[in-house]
Amino acid sequence: MLSRIAESLFWIGRYVERAEDTARILDVHVHHLLETQVESEAELCARLLAVMGVKALDVDPDQLTSQRVVDRLAFDLSNPSSIVSSLVAARANGRGVSEAISSELWEALNITYNTIFTEGSPSMTFSAYSFFRFVRERAAVISGLIDSTMSRDDAWRFMVVGRSLERVDMLARLLAAATSGPEPDWVVLLRSFSAHEAFLRTYRREPEGALAAQFLLLDRLFPRSAFFSLRAAEDCLAELDPISGRLGPSDEGRRVLGRLRTTLEFIQVSELMRELGGLLPDLQRQCAAASMAIASRYFRKTNVVEWTMEREGVEGVTTR
Amino acid sequence: MWVMGDLLDDYSPARAYGRSAWDEMFEERGSPRPGARALCDILQSLSGVELEARASARDRMFRDRGITFQLSGEERPFPLDLIPRLIVEEEWQELERGIVQRVKALEALLADVYGAGRIFADGVIPRRLVTSSEHFHRAAWGIEPPNGVRVHVAGIDVVRGGDGNFYVLEDNLRCPSGVSYVIENRRMMARIFPELFASHRVTAVDGYPAKLLEALRAAAPLGVADPTVVVMTPGVYNSAFFEHSFLARQMGVELVEGRDLLCHSGRVYMRTSDGEREVHVIYRRVDDEYLDPLQFRSDSLVGCPGLINVARSGNVTLANAVGNGVADDKLTYTYLPDAIRYYLGEEPILRNVSTHRLEDPEQLAHALERIDQLVFKPVSGSGGYGIVIGPDATDEQLASLKQDLTLNPRGWIAQELVALSTAPTWVDNRIAPRHLDLRPFAINDGNDIWVLPGGLTRVALPEGGLVVNSSQGGGSKDTWVIATQGRRRAKAAIRRPEQSAASNDRPSGGSQQWSSGSPFGAFDPEPGPSWEDPDRLRQQERQQQQSGHGQSPLGC
Repeated sequence: MLSRIAESLFWIGRYVERAEDTARILDVHVHHLLETQVESEAELCARLLAVMGVKALDVDPDQLTSQRVVDRLAFDLSNPSSIVSSLVAARANGRGVSEAISSELWEALNITYNTIFTEGSPSMTFSAYSFFRFVRERAAVISGLIDSTMSRDDAWRFMVVGRSLERVDMLARLLAAATSGPEPDWVVLLRSFSAHEAFLRTYRREPEGALAAQFLLLDRLFPRSAFFSLRAAEDCLAELDPISGRLGPSDEGRRVLGRLRTTLEFIQVSELMRELGGLLPDLQRQCAAASMAIASRYFRKTNVVEWTMEREGVEGVTTR
Repeated sequence: MWVMGDLLDDYSPARAYGRSAWDEMFEERGSPRPGARALCDILQSLSGVELEARASARDRMFRDRGITFQLSGEERPFPLDLIPRLIVEEEWQELERGIVQRVKALEALLADVYGAGRIFADGVIPRRLVTSSEHFHRAAWGIEPPNGVRVHVAGIDVVRGGDGNFYVLEDNLRCPSGVSYVIENRRMMARIFPELFASHRVTAVDGYPAKLLEALRAAAPLGVADPTVVVMTPGVYNSAFFEHSFLARQMGVELVEGRDLLCHSGRVYMRTSDGEREVHVIYRRVDDEYLDPLQFRSDSLVGCPGLINVARSGNVTLANAVGNGVADDKLTYTYLPDAIRYYLGEEPILRNVSTHRLEDPEQLAHALERIDQLVFKPVSGSGGYGIVIGPDATDEQLASLKQDLTLNPRGWIAQELVALSTAPTWVDNRIAPRHLDLRPFAINDGNDIWVLPGGLTRVALPEGGLVVNSSQGGGSKDTWVIATQGRRRAKAAIRRPEQSAASNDRPSGGSQQWSSGSPFGAFDPEPGPSWEDPDRLRQQERQQQQSGHGQSPLGC
């Protein structure tokens, strides 16, 4: 597969996941503010912006409202990681590689884009709640089509790797922010990853810190847990470059992810809460490292050719 | 006499510049041409509201599928007219023969221009005509195509004059585009107008990508048994990007940009996630001038440096070949009937529109006299840009044209005005005649020249307009090559599908048990476990009344 296409596929996976996760997080956030009046709205909003890695708005932090945060994180095209920007980028990538993905998948990306901009600005077309719902549904359609219309070849693998890495990254971000302050509301946190119901079915009790963190980070069956996503990404990388010799993987991205997955797999569960402070930033860092390793391994593998004039009128080639 | 209903009541064929144009559907007001009656009947049974609803369904589907056209920076759904254009089979076969003949002659001409130059030596075409063409590339001289094919894909633009004959307007041998719209138009029509297809036998068009792939594989460098074929695009911002992507997808090959390719050691490779992979055949949709910055424009960012040298060493085949523009030059066009006689020893089947070479002082003087009656085209122009239609031009335009012609007669040709044929077209909530042309596509695989049945019909949407290019806001029509006799399906069967299904022969007496519900004789879908057991439902309802003080649901 062309490197350019592989890279686009990887990013389609990431962008769609980013849009979906952001929609889930915002949805829960807005809902939470409506339900409770315990915390100051401005403080909660400022923390959410920080989690999402978005620069603070040009307003006094005390004046921050949910409305402003939603505008910034959901609808703002000038924020490159907003939901709308992510979906625009996913579609732009899809357009460039539309011959490499199924037509249904391309149509799904395109329809999502068209619907957002039906009436010009999406914030005019949608209420916040209906927009989050729309984004979740579209992401589900897109994921479903990725899984049901594409062969399990390299194209599919690059998309799954992108999706999985983004999922771990978003999870680590939100958990890090939530656990840095006072005791977080674990129900809200679980809901942000639609993990609350799955948690209840698993443990049959109201969530408390250690158990909720275990579920989100270590659960072997829940598809949005960090462990599950890391293993999915690792499996795909293993299939992209099967080991042939007697040593372990030579692929740096796979090595990074494998170590990360092992850390989670063999962690002392009772120590989890105490190690969280170091573990979560490490998750983010390692995901970024893996992403870079994958890029240099698969997307920029070939040599750069430079054409030089050796003597006047004679072309030469140097391979670097 | 055929009875007229609503929508076609006011329809009467148009006139253009004082001459009556040939109408594709009606011989005269109220009497459809042979083969067009069924279509007329169906159109008459529809209301304007219904047509408008289908038009908006069409736009939505085109938009959803990303089949859009960039017009002045705006993305618009591809403009497909709701009413197809019909060509009866007998007429098509004649046209097809003419196109095959023309492509053969064009191939021979190109081989000669970039080879021995017999036609110059024999004085049929002046050599300077070719060497003065801006599409003549010395760089292409000596590149010998492995199977002798330079015109892998040709688009021959034809129009129908007031006399009902087809005339060739121009040849496109570089990167003729539009074939994806032929296929997509057909798919779209089948979705929004299924009833039309039931009453006509329309020749299919979806075999094109397979034919193209076959021809590209056949063009592979010698000794390559299983060639890697790619489509090369300038990129997503190109107005024809949809087509590039469409063809790559339909052929199952990679779509590459210039930056995905690299040349070294006399070969072309593409950069893949698995390292470098050699490429053998490039169906390139990048113009000659941008293909290789080392040979042509050094500022090209969409080409690949070194490509031409690899082509010259025979390790990659470029399709279409470099330098083909010399044969579709508008001045070369005027010599083509002679070229057909010279190379094939046959009379041309398709006529040219009568054209004046302005290099000849006599013809120039003559053309200047009749400047307000002729059509003037820049020789190297394409896409409908720069054309001056004499009768429509203002005095200032004519004055500036006159100056251009005197200064640079090699740069222009003058053509007699053709009253392009018309067909009923849905515009502004009514059916009105609009002028159209036709671009059939031909594929040459070295053994055989195959012509896609029909082609792209382009429509000039402004009333009376004659310029049909989609880059000038033109529309298109699905083009049907139809059999007129005997093979049309009975209409009764279409109106009542359940009857025809019932009369199907079903296997009988076998051991399989055919379900009664399905007309196809398949098994019913396997049912899942029943959850709507009425008894249980009733019990559940009763239980609910007690649930207020029952056990916790988590405890069970």
